[in-house]
Amino acid sequence: MPRQFQRGTTSMNSLEPILAKHPFFEGLDPAYLKLLVGCASNVRFDPGAYVIRQGEGASHFYLIRQGRIALETRAPQRPPIVIETLEEGDILGWSWLIPPYLWRFDARIVEPTRAIALDGKCLRMKCDENHDLGYELLKRFAHIVTQRLQATRLQLLDVYAPNA
Amino acid sequence: MGPTVASNRSVIEVEGIAQLIALLQRRGYQVAGPTLRDGAIACEIINKLEDLPAGWTDEQAPGHYRVKKRNDGALFGYSVGPQSWKKFLHPPELQLVELRRDGASLKILHNHSVFPHFAFLGVRPCELAAIAVQDRVFQGGRFTDPHYDGRRGQVFIVAVQCTQAGPSCFCASMGTGPRAREGFDVALTEIIDSDHHLFVAEAGTKAGAEVLKELHAVPATPVLCQQAEESIRHASVQTRQMDTAGIRDLLYENFDHPEWDNVATRCLSCANCTMVCPTCFCTTMEDVSEVTGEHAGRWRRWDSCFTQSFSYIHGGSVRTSSKSRFRQWMTHKLASWIDQFGTSGCVGCGRCITWCPVGIEITEEVHAIRGGGVNAAPISKGDNIHELA
Amino acid sequence: MPPTLEQPGISHAASDPMRPEPYFVASVSRETHDTFTLSVEPANGVPAAGFAPGQFSMLYVFGVGELPISISGDPEQAGRLTYTVRSVGPATQALVSRVTGDWLGVRGPFGAAWPLEAVRGKDVLIIAGGIGLAPLRPAIYHILRHRDDYVRLIVLYGARSPGDLLYKKELAAWGRSPDTQVLTTVDYGGVNWRGRVGVVTTLFRHLRMHPDKTVAFICGPEIMMRYVITELEENRGVLANDIYLSMERNMKCAVGFCGHCQYGPYFICKDGPVFCYQKLRGLLGKHEL
Repeated sequence: MPRQFQRGTTSMNSLEPILAKHPFFEGLDPAYLKLLVGCASNVRFDPGAYVIRQGEGASHFYLIRQGRIALETRAPQRPPIVIETLEEGDILGWSWLIPPYLWRFDARIVEPTRAIALDGKCLRMKCDENHDLGYELLKRFAHIVTQRLQATRLQLLDVYAPNA
Repeated sequence: MGPTVASNRSVIEVEGIAQLIALLQRRGYQVAGPTLRDGAIACEIINKLEDLPAGWTDEQAPGHYRVKKRNDGALFGYSVGPQSWKKFLHPPELQLVELRRDGASLKILHNHSVFPHFAFLGVRPCELAAIAVQDRVFQGGRFTDPHYDGRRGQVFIVAVQCTQAGPSCFCASMGTGPRAREGFDVALTEIIDSDHHLFVAEAGTKAGAEVLKELHAVPATPVLCQQAEESIRHASVQTRQMDTAGIRDLLYENFDHPEWDNVATRCLSCANCTMVCPTCFCTTMEDVSEVTGEHAGRWRRWDSCFTQSFSYIHGGSVRTSSKSRFRQWMTHKLASWIDQFGTSGCVGCGRCITWCPVGIEITEEVHAIRGGGVNAAPISKGDNIHELA
Repeated sequence: MPPTLEQPGISHAASDPMRPEPYFVASVSRETHDTFTLSVEPANGVPAAGFAPGQFSMLYVFGVGELPISISGDPEQAGRLTYTVRSVGPATQALVSRVTGDWLGVRGPFGAAWPLEAVRGKDVLIIAGGIGLAPLRPAIYHILRHRDDYVRLIVLYGARSPGDLLYKKELAAWGRSPDTQVLTTVDYGGVNWRGRVGVVTTLFRHLRMHPDKTVAFICGPEIMMRYVITELEENRGVLANDIYLSMERNMKCAVGFCGHCQYGPYFICKDGPVFCYQKLRGLLGKHEL
């Protein structure tokens, strides 16, 4: 479990409409939502908390409902660099999907954040059992990975640098 | 039979040219004309008939230019030299603004209260076309360049029709020559044979007609007029051609054509083509200031799209390769010029071919982009050229 | 004290687009570590030339040189022209080193403006990168001043780092205006930055857009604009006809005489700098055009 992780008390039934409303699951077959909700839990984080830590096991991914999370990377003798922030409507983490299921960045809470956590192991199991669900999830992750890769490419160009 | 042989032609003897120069000078013009200088036929301010390159011609080929003695005394027996009249209307360097600082007082002076009055003697039809092209650049748009405008408005033009084409010439295919029908005050056709050396003259403007009248030019006989037209027609037979069909789209659509890489292996980015081109107009600005800091000036100087600095923006040049610069030059000249000014930027004078140190031929490059490959253009030498002793 | 002006022999002045007019610097303020905003007023006391949002002037520093600089001030503030200048070389450094009372030569304004009249009744989406916010600020002023002429105003602004964000207070104030959404982001953030980190295109995911009712005005580095256009066209369904961008090329004269700013068939100085993307399709992104 991540540090300062606070498990909510919301019942599974009330999570389903929240899942359905999140952009990541927009248009998803309600039958799949029913499968997924079994892996979901409501979570809340306070500023300064680290949701994930580089190198640790990627047990969950998060559908952010509110707040702001900074993805950070560290290099020796330098302050951490924030490479991306995530907020309402975004998802955090896809390392749960790809072996060896380890986080590649730190994720620090910037603004008080509410999210739905989806258990990675639980999801993998359901995807193994139902490949249609697995394919549907992979398509959605692939879209987000592509967008973030594009953004990273633009970021790499450092277009506003003094000698860009 | 020449369809436009008019009856209002007159005849001037060689001595009449001397009188013409003197008359124009009396009228306050600085007369500019062809003269032999530094082994080339240059455009310079001339004083008298003897300054003209009588008996001289030029031998031209890609990357090759020599002046040669003719076996006659023709005054305009060459095609075109490296310079054009551009240098008078759009000077290679010009101070635009002068600024003086004196305590809290600031003076911004500019440099065009008085413009020189030029008379051009010996303007070729392709050069008239080039002047018309630059008129569109500097006078035809939203802004007018007062420096060009001030010079251009007062110029008196004596054109000379072409009676021989050089191997670099392709005015016929560009529709700019060898016969001029407008854009001149007076046009002369030089006739030189065993019997005569004279000029058939026609007036293009009222001012031109007045000058001819003052020269007491006698009416030309129909036979002479016909001889003049025949000799101009002789110059329309040109070995070099530019295929201009659909040329704008051709170049726009072939931005990535491999020929640009090919030409880049030869092009030295020396900018000669742009310096000799009678329509190239690009300039840069230079700021100079005195050490005291009280006096500064802005100068405009000819620039070339072949320089690295030409396309510099914060961070570096846009066109770093010679490929991209050649492509810019040729695409501008033959394609985007049409969008910008409603006319081709090329008048077919052939200077860029002759003065390219590696003999790149714009006509052949177009041919290659059409898919024809690059051939060495056939070079035919003039038939009245004799080696200079 | 403003300098006095003497102009001997100015009979052609009105028709000489190459001749600068003397202005004096009325104020200079620092925006960021390398960017300053200068306001200038005519030295002869005559009201400053009016301008349309998106236009630029040529600013001349005595003996140093002349630079094309977008006007960043309020188009309805008469008597004054305002510029935001980033120091990136000797000439811009000379410009930002001016102090109140110094004078500058000013030519212009020149160039095509943002089509603010034509886009009335629409949602206006403004996307700026770095110093690219400067030529868009007059458009924002105009829209806020004529709020009823437009529906929503959305400003997406990206800068390199939090310290590079221009007009921070104004951005916050604009964001509090009715029907106005202002989203800012930086490419690189430190741990103390509480705002967004990510390139400007990442802001799109926070928007709900009506593509058929939206016009986009874009200004920033060319690569950034290309990424933004891809996002607008391919992912958001905004038509090329509704996308406008402000281009940059080397300019020496600003009136189409010097040839430097050619971009395909266009002169950026007089056909632009603001172009409808429909016109630039097929040109933008061509290497070494």
